[in-house]
Amino acid sequence: MSTSPGIIEELARREYKYGFVTDIEADSVPPGLDEDVIRLISAKKNEPDFMLDWRLKAYRHWLTLEEPGWPNVRYAPIDYQAIVYYSAPKQQKTLESLDQVDPKLLETYEKLGIPLGEQKRLTGVAVDAVFDSVSVATTFREELSKKGILFCSFSDAVKEHPELIRRYLGSVVPYADNKHAALNSAVFTDGSFVYVPKGVRCPMELSTYFRINAANTGQFERTLIIADEGSYVSYLEGCTAPQRDENQLHAAVVELVALERAEIKYSTVQNWYPGDAEGRGGIYNFVTKRGKCAGRASKISWTQVETGSAITWKYPSCILVGDDSVGEFYSVALTANCQQADTGTKMIHIGKNTRSTIVSKGISTGRGQNAYRGQVRIQKGADGARNHSQCDSLLIGDKCGAHTFPYLEVLNPTATVEHEATTSKIGEDQLFYCQQRGISAEDAVSMIVNGFCKQVLKELPMEFAVEAQKLLGVSLEGSVG
Amino acid sequence: MSSDVLLQIEGLHATAAGNEILRGLSLTIRAGEVHAVMGPNGSGKSTLANVLAGRPSVEVTAGKVLYGGRNLVEMAPEERAREGIFLAFQYPVEIPGVTNMYFLKAALNAVRKHRGLEELDAMDFLALARQRMKLVEMDEKMMSRAINEGFSGGEKKRNEVLQMAILEPRLAILDETDSGLDIDALKIVSQGVNSLRSPERSMIVITHYQRLLEYIVPDYVHVLAGGRIVRSGGKELALELEEHGYAWVEDEAKAP
Repeated sequence: MSTSPGIIEELARREYKYGFVTDIEADSVPPGLDEDVIRLISAKKNEPDFMLDWRLKAYRHWLTLEEPGWPNVRYAPIDYQAIVYYSAPKQQKTLESLDQVDPKLLETYEKLGIPLGEQKRLTGVAVDAVFDSVSVATTFREELSKKGILFCSFSDAVKEHPELIRRYLGSVVPYADNKHAALNSAVFTDGSFVYVPKGVRCPMELSTYFRINAANTGQFERTLIIADEGSYVSYLEGCTAPQRDENQLHAAVVELVALERAEIKYSTVQNWYPGDAEGRGGIYNFVTKRGKCAGRASKISWTQVETGSAITWKYPSCILVGDDSVGEFYSVALTANCQQADTGTKMIHIGKNTRSTIVSKGISTGRGQNAYRGQVRIQKGADGARNHSQCDSLLIGDKCGAHTFPYLEVLNPTATVEHEATTSKIGEDQLFYCQQRGISAEDAVSMIVNGFCKQVLKELPMEFAVEAQKLLGVSLEGSVG
Repeated sequence: MSSDVLLQIEGLHATAAGNEILRGLSLTIRAGEVHAVMGPNGSGKSTLANVLAGRPSVEVTAGKVLYGGRNLVEMAPEERAREGIFLAFQYPVEIPGVTNMYFLKAALNAVRKHRGLEELDAMDFLALARQRMKLVEMDEKMMSRAINEGFSGGEKKRNEVLQMAILEPRLAILDETDSGLDIDALKIVSQGVNSLRSPERSMIVITHYQRLLEYIVPDYVHVLAGGRIVRSGGKELALELEEHGYAWVEDEAKAP
């Protein structure tokens, strides 16, 4: 009614705290994409022939593909020839220890709150830090290797464990999957690789921190996680980028493979630069994430908190092949200002008695547009499969939008599929109730939003839940005095 | 009875959704006094409560409201709360996912901070909450439930009185706290309120029925009709109303 839309509008305004640029000399290739650029990337990385062949196949297929037209997002056509496909900070060829990492890079990660120095091991988190196109440091490698756990940059894995890469690369997300995945397969420059051997429970959280720094550069990283029989790993990724007026493309691929009784928990706190209040700049976050529960009684759980990016297009999915396997998707997506998100999941039930849970919380404010898109498919042989989906949307203000696109395909009569959806508005009544108890409007909105997201936030590892909570608070921070 | 004036309302006019609801209301409340405001539906009882608490959808168009000598109309709702104004809502709001415990602790600490007191940690808060919960015979489990979500009507009203007991206001406004309560719940809520009566605390008890005033006995009763106080008296006025209905005061309100 009278004053509160004003308050809400103020609250929707946001400041981005990670918009700084690191001044560092880079080794970049000229903008543009053709087979020579791909050969150059592969040569720079000293890759074996099978990798180059795979990249070229992906590139040739990419040329034949159309941009996906179905997401509920709008953007001008991307000029793929204007993008730089490889940019790496110049540094010594091989790093013996962290001491040899450029101090400017260490400083950058320090500023982002990701200390790479191993003396700070209190955090109990091993980090792979990816800066533009390459991995600059991976912590705790040695300690993990004592348990037989491989945690390294993708480039190292290609060199050191080619047999695993050959076997699993593209096994969950084939290069022909979609236009963005094909591009990633052709030009991906680095990322993280994890292998957890049979029966091993990974003793610490593994994490990758992605940072885009160079201008006009695309980031194309690839993550592959393999959990062997009876193993467990929890993995987290975070991401930020400088504040720029141009849009930058981030097209990543994540593949997870869980063998018999293995469990992978994959959490994302995505905070790419979202663009300014007028919608200038920001990251196009076009990501293909998929996990395969290959073995019996395996489990893959995706948790994501998406607060950044101008456009988010991602559907972390589970293919439930093994009997009794479990897929989970917990998501919070916040769109403020002019941000657009089309996100959700796919749960493909193939094995018997497979179960999946989807909890999606969309928050829209400013002129943000938030769409949940989810597919649940129960194949013929998936006797006794069960799915429960819950999609809730919260609107703050009256210029934003929330949309829900569920797709249910049930080919087996013994399956149980449930879908619930709600849309609510932070009302003047809720705000006033909090204020009447002495709580400021700003704290009240943050409290209401965090309450709304609780079901998802509790799935995050403790330290990150706190981070995510703060991030949601910051994203809604305004200037109410 | 103390002679300190806590709240002074003079010639108050207020509109809600474009309609003038209060039309020249005047009322003076001293520290420690309990005033009942009665009146038929639509007479402006809830609008009065909302004006005092600062609900944004209600606009003051004329008159003045002084609270402890300060111009109340200029104060933000949260500032009024921190200065000791408490509204027990007629329809308490649900906030999913936010526990009663978390909410009340945040509220109390906001108020304490404003008053220059140290903020309470979780342990101290819990001890305080446990003690106050006894006043309204509330189960401890209620503290870990989301605010008012799935609460029965009686539980919501008890929760309001619990909040009042914890925040210790100087001026408590009870907006139809009796509505939707059965007789047992009414007794519990009234006991809770009575235990909070003190020489420093004033109360405005808004009700449609005389029934509540058998349990919370007021010092003064005012009858509101057509946006003005048309009759004031002692507690016996409530009984008179019970006997004659509101028709006779409404007639008075229409008189020029």
